[in-house]
Amino acid sequence: MSGLIKSSIARKVAMALSGLFLVFFLLQHFTINFTSIFSPDTFNELSHFMGTNPLVQFVLQPVLIFGVVFHFIMGFVLELKNKNARAVKYAKYNGGANASWMSRNMIYSGLVILAFLGLHFYDFWVPEIVHKYVEFAPEDPTRYYGELLHKFESPIRTGLYVVSFVFLALHLWHGFASSFQSVGFNNKYSVAATKFAKAFALVIPIGFIVVALVLHFTH
Amino acid sequence: MSILDSKIPEGPLADKWTKHKNTINLVNPANKRNIDVIVVGTGLAGGSAAATLAELGYNVKTFCYSDSPRRAHSIAAQGGINAAKNYQGDGDSDYRLFYDTVKGGDYRSREANVYRLAEVSANIIDQCVAQGVPFAREYGGLLDNRSFGGVLVSRTFYAKGQTGQQLLLGAYSAMNRQINRGKIQSFNRHEMLDLVKVDGKARGIIARNLVTGEIERHSAHAVVLASGGYGNVFFLSTNAMGSNVMAAWRAHRRGAFFANPCYTQIHPTCIPVSGDHQSKLTLMSESLRNDGRIWVPKRIEDSEAIRAGKLKPTQLAEEERDYYLERRYPAFGNLVPRDVASRAAKERCDAGFGVNKTGEAVYLDFASAIQRYGKEKALTSGIENPSAAEITKLGEEVIENKYGNLFQMYEKIVDENPYKTPMMIYPAVHYTMGGLWVDYNLQTTVPGCYAAGEANFSDHGANRLGASALMQGLADGYFVLPYTIGDYLSKDIRTGKIPTDTPEFDQAEKEVTDRIAKLMGGSGQHSVDYYHKKLGKIMWNKCGMSRNEKELKEAIDEIAELREDFWKNVKVPGTAESMNPELEKAGRVADFLELGELFAKDALHRNESCGGHFREESVEQEGEQKGEALRDDENFKYVAAWEYKGEPKDASLHKEELTFKNIELKTRSYK
Amino acid sequence: MNLTLKIWRQKDAKSQGKIVEYPISGIEGDMSFLEMLDVLNEELINKGDEPVVFDHDCREGICGACSLQINGEPHGPDRLVTTCQLHMRMFKDGDTIFIEPFRAKAFPVVKDLMVDRSAFDRIQHAGGYVSVNTSGNTIDANAIPINKEDADEAFNAATCIGCGACVAACKNASAMLFTSAKVSQYALLPQGKVEATERVLAMVNQMDEEGFGNCTNTGACEIECPKGISLENIARMNREYLKASLKG
Repeated sequence: MSGLIKSSIARKVAMALSGLFLVFFLLQHFTINFTSIFSPDTFNELSHFMGTNPLVQFVLQPVLIFGVVFHFIMGFVLELKNKNARAVKYAKYNGGANASWMSRNMIYSGLVILAFLGLHFYDFWVPEIVHKYVEFAPEDPTRYYGELLHKFESPIRTGLYVVSFVFLALHLWHGFASSFQSVGFNNKYSVAATKFAKAFALVIPIGFIVVALVLHFTH
Repeated sequence: MSILDSKIPEGPLADKWTKHKNTINLVNPANKRNIDVIVVGTGLAGGSAAATLAELGYNVKTFCYSDSPRRAHSIAAQGGINAAKNYQGDGDSDYRLFYDTVKGGDYRSREANVYRLAEVSANIIDQCVAQGVPFAREYGGLLDNRSFGGVLVSRTFYAKGQTGQQLLLGAYSAMNRQINRGKIQSFNRHEMLDLVKVDGKARGIIARNLVTGEIERHSAHAVVLASGGYGNVFFLSTNAMGSNVMAAWRAHRRGAFFANPCYTQIHPTCIPVSGDHQSKLTLMSESLRNDGRIWVPKRIEDSEAIRAGKLKPTQLAEEERDYYLERRYPAFGNLVPRDVASRAAKERCDAGFGVNKTGEAVYLDFASAIQRYGKEKALTSGIENPSAAEITKLGEEVIENKYGNLFQMYEKIVDENPYKTPMMIYPAVHYTMGGLWVDYNLQTTVPGCYAAGEANFSDHGANRLGASALMQGLADGYFVLPYTIGDYLSKDIRTGKIPTDTPEFDQAEKEVTDRIAKLMGGSGQHSVDYYHKKLGKIMWNKCGMSRNEKELKEAIDEIAELREDFWKNVKVPGTAESMNPELEKAGRVADFLELGELFAKDALHRNESCGGHFREESVEQEGEQKGEALRDDENFKYVAAWEYKGEPKDASLHKEELTFKNIELKTRSYK
Repeated sequence: MNLTLKIWRQKDAKSQGKIVEYPISGIEGDMSFLEMLDVLNEELINKGDEPVVFDHDCREGICGACSLQINGEPHGPDRLVTTCQLHMRMFKDGDTIFIEPFRAKAFPVVKDLMVDRSAFDRIQHAGGYVSVNTSGNTIDANAIPINKEDADEAFNAATCIGCGACVAACKNASAMLFTSAKVSQYALLPQGKVEATERVLAMVNQMDEEGFGNCTNTGACEIECPKGISLENIARMNREYLKASLKG
């Protein structure tokens, strides 16, 4: 089993599984966000549940944080190792001839997403934690929608969100479909699965962008 | 009585091998650990021999010039491997395979060897399947067969057009298992430069590390040469660029007799030469003749028009085409043996019917096969009243399934789509039946020096049938040599390790380094390729598909002259103490320049036409066979084994009479 | 046609290398890429220079010896061919062509364009075989029928020529396609199933030890593979590896 931790395939599978977990999280996050553009009440309700339910707070949230950190660190370690596997670079390298830009630049799309996560944490998560666990401020189950609107007032921030979601789409475009291959899923259903993954990679980030823009322009 | 003792066991033909195995000496497993064997060459014969010897317990060292044993040129064999399995129930048997092989070789091979080959052929298929070689299968899950030239049964096992690759990778995998066990030490990018004899026995080799240029000594209790054939003496051939005669020739110079050097196989279906820059020729598998029909235009004007680019072959109607093989040999048609097909192509082209710009090409046409398969496929897939386009499409799919990689290869080289327009082909040097003389045990005339696969002369006589080379290589390596060598090695169990710091090794190494210094010290006028190409031209023009006394004599003189010039004026850049591919080539060409002369000498002395050796002086004068090759059993029913005496022209001839007790000598007719 | 060649020259494994420019003229479309290099080498030799060293042997696309990164792609711009099958008609007059060795830490340069691919051999030594001894009495070849589809797929995987284009093309210099082709061939055949667990663990372990990078599923290997070895093999190896790890 110790070989399993060190082996290239195990690491690749771990990347895939943590990625799939994050994809699932994205879907859930998006679902909640999406409610904000047609039903502030539903949004508040769901946000309140997520923010106060102990299972979400003390089990899922640490798992999610671990997932993000793991996916990032492992991705970075693999990138370094992979760069190292070709010590002398090609004078001419025509990577575009045989692989998509997305697949070759996961580290960059990933870094943009990571930077975005920093912003996102600064915007929502840090105030939320301070609110609940530092200041022990009184709970108001209807405060979420207002906070959300407040964040999307700034066109710069909205712009940053939109750009980040474009990179998220690029990252998912390769990453989601590729995770099937990594876990060894390649059979007659693969074509359909890949189509689904590519659709997901477009629909979800576009959905996030729509939410951001709607909130920005309608208020 | 000849000094050649073939050591053929007594008794009835079918019992000889079993009886022999039962009576030869064996080495016990504990003693095998103390015995070293060197194997030079890691193709089918060398790789399989090395693996099997190591399995048995011997310490094996293998040598190959490539960076990996997997690159040996056996890998390029396309069509298949014969075995008398009779899976098709079409009447095949050991005897029939034996009979076809002896007849196909024009009665110039040794009965006992060929029978043994047929006998172990079935084991080869079992062995390879057990190793995981992915042969082609039928829908029922059983192995598929195809038919090959010169026979009337389907006994050829295949893996698309890459049979050699799959079999070689099988042998390579068997080697890998032994490397992993520490029983084989594999010296890649190493070339054998000399054989070392101690007290008359082969006891080691001198090799050059091709990466560092270092000269190394390696000792062993026996040396197996499985270094392939010498087709590259023609410069242009289907052999790999590095294929060479050096190992065999060095052994020849140390006392191993060289047998039948003039028996060369010119393969009928190769892609024609396109220009002067050409470095090698590419084979199109003989299996294509199962479905392709060979033709040239009937009228010489049509050929001229085609050559001038004014006419396309597809514009010629059926009755304007001369399917000359079907016309001349109705019984075998396009599936006549290789030598017959090659000469027929040359005859048509010499008569002016050639179809490419050089006039040296004939058509291999798949149009009728595409139609036939298309109709068959439409019927079996239940398509009613298929359109012509549908039939063509279905037919092309069937053809693609069978020969896809070959068609692709053709298109890449010639830049024409062979599904739509007939392929152009022409004969090219492919395989050499001649090689080191060996006895029934595959031992050369140097005790302890063995030769296997194409490097020996033994099983194909004057012409090799398709899909027999893979069979012979693996038979020698897996099933013959590992047992027969034990008989010799059983006397060596008390010898101990062979030291390399002896005068014999000193002397051999000195000769090697002197020779290298001489090669490096030429006046530097011409590159190695310049000489190689010149030699190739002489060989092709005067020792090629048809030979005569006058030209052979000229060839002997011209080659001797060229050799002298080579040693004086060759240019080898770089140093001997580092990687130097030009130096490697120079050493090989130097040996080809000697072999070429012996080749011509052998061809000159054999004043008969047999198999791949066609003498213009020896032709049927009348009757149904008029114009066909005329064999002379009365005077030439022997193996010509040449002993080295300094210069090739001084080589002395030893004859091993061939006796045929189980097969009647007949005129080889494929009419 | 006239061309400008920019070729990597390196004296030996220890020396520093550099790109050297060579003009060449009189090249015909019918020539193979290697025949074009032959012409260059003949010129260099006649000038008294050392010719460019490159691996090559069969020159019909099957031995896997030839390599070369040509204009940033292994075996050049054509598909499903090796460098020896690449013809000059793929280029046009006036082109500049970069010619470099296959680059990977696991493939050190031997000289000029020649690299050491023995890492591939060592991966095969680790388990690329079925442990069956040679004997005249193995079971009959037709004793175990094999589904034609499996046999064909095993064959397709087995057509790998071990050239290393997959490694050269991969931005990570990963050897997954090569390794998985062998693992797949045996995993698909009943003869190979017996040792499947040990095989995949040993071969992947060796692959990692050689210093190849990790697979990130870019698919470059499949596109550049002269034999069209499918990415499915990598998925199969991932599966086999996971299965084996959980078992072992």
